[in-house]
Amino acid sequence: MRSLPVLPQLPDGRLEQGFHESKPAYNEAEAVTEANRCLYCVDAPCVKSCPTGIDIPNFIRKIATGNVKGAARTILAENILGYSCARVCPVEVLCAGGCVYNAWGRQPIAIGRLQRFATETTLSDGGLRKLYASKIKPRTGKRVALVGAGPASLAAAALLAMEGHESVIFERKRYAGGLNTLGIAPYKLKANDAMKEIAWIFELGAIELREGVEVVSGEAGEGQVSSAALLREFDAVFLGLGLGPDSKLHAKNEDGPGVYGAVDLIEKIKSDPALSLAGVTHALVIGGGNTAIDIAHELALLNVGDVAMVYRRGRDGMSAYAHEIEYGMKHGVRVLTDRVLTEVVRDGASKVTHAKLARAEGGKAVAGTEETVACQLIAMAIGQSRATDVAKAFDGVALDAQGRVVVDPGTHRTGNAKVWAGGDCVNGGTEVVNAAQEAKLAVRDMLRALAG
Amino acid sequence: MADLEITFCGVKSPNPFWLASAPPANTGGQVMRAFDAGWGGAVWKTLGDPITNVSSRFGGIDYANARMMGLNNIELITDRPLEVNLKEMYEVKKRYPKHTLVASLMVETRENWREIIKKVEDVGSDLLELNFGCPHGMCERGMGSAVGQEPKVLEEITRWVVEEAKVPVIVKLTPNTGDINEPAEAAAKGGAHAISLINTIKSLIGVDLEKMVPTPRVATKSTNGGYCGPAVKPIALFMVSQVAKNELSGKLPISGIGGISNWRDAAEFIALGATSVQVCTAVMHYGYRIVEDMIEGLSDFLDSRGMKSVEELRGKALGSYVEWGELDLDYNIKAEINADTCIGCNLCYTACMDGAHQCIHIPGRTKEQSVAAGHYHIPDVVALTPVKVAGVPAGRFVPVVDEHECIGCNLCALVCPVPGTISMVERPGSLGKTETWNDRVAQGRDLNPGSLDSTVAKRAGR
Repeated sequence: MRSLPVLPQLPDGRLEQGFHESKPAYNEAEAVTEANRCLYCVDAPCVKSCPTGIDIPNFIRKIATGNVKGAARTILAENILGYSCARVCPVEVLCAGGCVYNAWGRQPIAIGRLQRFATETTLSDGGLRKLYASKIKPRTGKRVALVGAGPASLAAAALLAMEGHESVIFERKRYAGGLNTLGIAPYKLKANDAMKEIAWIFELGAIELREGVEVVSGEAGEGQVSSAALLREFDAVFLGLGLGPDSKLHAKNEDGPGVYGAVDLIEKIKSDPALSLAGVTHALVIGGGNTAIDIAHELALLNVGDVAMVYRRGRDGMSAYAHEIEYGMKHGVRVLTDRVLTEVVRDGASKVTHAKLARAEGGKAVAGTEETVACQLIAMAIGQSRATDVAKAFDGVALDAQGRVVVDPGTHRTGNAKVWAGGDCVNGGTEVVNAAQEAKLAVRDMLRALAG
Repeated sequence: MADLEITFCGVKSPNPFWLASAPPANTGGQVMRAFDAGWGGAVWKTLGDPITNVSSRFGGIDYANARMMGLNNIELITDRPLEVNLKEMYEVKKRYPKHTLVASLMVETRENWREIIKKVEDVGSDLLELNFGCPHGMCERGMGSAVGQEPKVLEEITRWVVEEAKVPVIVKLTPNTGDINEPAEAAAKGGAHAISLINTIKSLIGVDLEKMVPTPRVATKSTNGGYCGPAVKPIALFMVSQVAKNELSGKLPISGIGGISNWRDAAEFIALGATSVQVCTAVMHYGYRIVEDMIEGLSDFLDSRGMKSVEELRGKALGSYVEWGELDLDYNIKAEINADTCIGCNLCYTACMDGAHQCIHIPGRTKEQSVAAGHYHIPDVVALTPVKVAGVPAGRFVPVVDEHECIGCNLCALVCPVPGTISMVERPGSLGKTETWNDRVAQGRDLNPGSLDSTVAKRAGR
């Protein structure tokens, strides 16, 4: 059984390492002071705004009384990924957005930072194993295969380990953690901190990681494992597939160096020491969602002189959170609305030098309105494809018209009675906290099935 | 501007704000800086036979984000030589002749008293204050609260002092007694010219759970101390008003002490009978500068009430402080929640459910859910009024008061974080007339208040 020391470590020299945290950790005095501001509401709106339903007023009160471990237990009881969620959740539109202080013209309680304080302080000392100690059940001998090592599978593995079930996680990539490790804006959570949480989970034991392994239908080759084998060798299977590669716009000359998928570029910033932005003074980000604002914001913080988000409709149509757009603009991101990228202009060496942007009406380019702007880098943030092939490899697992894995919403069981699913592959791409909640529901149902 | 000058036992003071006998009045330099800041008088740190103090000496208790809601100390009387104190007192009085200089004294024998009275009078003390209150250290040597707790001894020593003294004598009382009236009457019988109270409350402020030693810690041990600060104000107000209402002691001027931090606190003490007030903890926390607000605030308050002097305020609230039996049993108030300002925190709900009479409802529940939540009476209609203030997520409703069950206790209004959102509104009483418990006793209708009999009778009357 592999455990932490052999988890692959990220190399030095990555661009991510230069970022500062936008919400640094509280020290004890800061946490207690903030915790004491909480009104300790009843039937609290912050709890209702949390996808995992953490008893927020209760954990905050425990911080105020110095019962930090108790606070961590309250958090982790509902969300085993409480640490990373504390740092990556859009609290402004979730718990803190629900805080009654908003209605009273006061700063909402910094719930995310308090949650980080409680979980980080507690788990840094021995992880989940030390915190739960004797509550961790003895091994049952039951084994679960988890496909994909992102937040959904990690949450499921942790919850299964607490119940004594063994997990084997199959991950295609070199690093575990999925978007938590490779996709979160570095000013929120860096890859090494995400790895820290994985370590806290792996210290539970009973979890094995097989990285660089792809799940396929049919015969398994080198570095592959077949879906049939998983169904045969394990008592249950959990699909935490995430999403597929970045979508393409199919603009003229799009393919080639200098044009990146946004998720791919973020992953390189976080994990690839080979990435360099030398010579990039102007960058365009195509898209209006949260991935778009994230990469635009990151490029701005990496001192790319001019970063423009290009969106085909008006500001109202952008799906990025208003607070994220505002925050990015504070650091220099420009927002160009009602524009469409029609052509990437490359020089003789195939280097990107310019882009052609057309004015758009109703999201569609208007002919003859093109202008040419200088840029050396373009990030495409117009969505991600679905990881449909892997899902389809399991008999009985159905996909909806948008390529999402179909599950029972209460149990997260798929059409195959032995297969559960959660996270982005089910919800189409939302937050880590949603993945944690879906994994929780799936494991609850799985426990009933495994017990039977 | 109202005149803040007072006359205390014939001694004029520029204002009623005096430093209490404590660390802020330890030295001449401090007292002079305090007078420069605006304090009207100072009761010097208690003089007596030399002692040795320990470190540490203070322990504080915080509440949420407020530091030092209460303070406890194990410091004894002055640890400076008597001659040094006397020299500085002389200097202070010479440079600030209009300010009130009070000598606080604590010695053992009659001979000791005679000697020290002569000395402090010689340096110009306007008043003497006998420290019969200190509840730590000194009482173990038969002084301080050991005297204050024995009315006979208190009376006798007071008599010695009054016989010897040429200036008026204030007796400072300890609250560490079963009935404050007893030492107050003893002081009056002994001939005291005035009473000051309260001294600190005997206390043990906390335990260091790491070291398993109470605080404040002196090496590996601790001891009980004297508790003061904002937390003790209600106790002090009660005791001051008891002394003020007492037939014997009520004739004497009172210097009020205990948790006074601002002009409003001072006004409350004066309204309950104090002529001057003494301050210690607030100065130890924030410095002498707080007196500016006290002077300004009290003066503006007197102006706003059309009062020309502090004397006009003195005792104004004392008449309305009565025993329970004199309260109007027919007075009837109900809580009302302002839907325009409610932020939907539901703190009133939980306070009423668990700490009062289960009469506040969260709207949107079925009768069964309400019963399961612990309600005994379910109103026919629980209005669904959305919380209106902007920024509250949809689906929050203003809690509803069941008037039928509300007994007008104030608890919901006390816990509500938004001032003015819950008000207690007067309703016609059920008796339709003013009636007190004492009235009922006088008429022989003496059901015990709150007894089963009276509850049954009240329910039957509905």
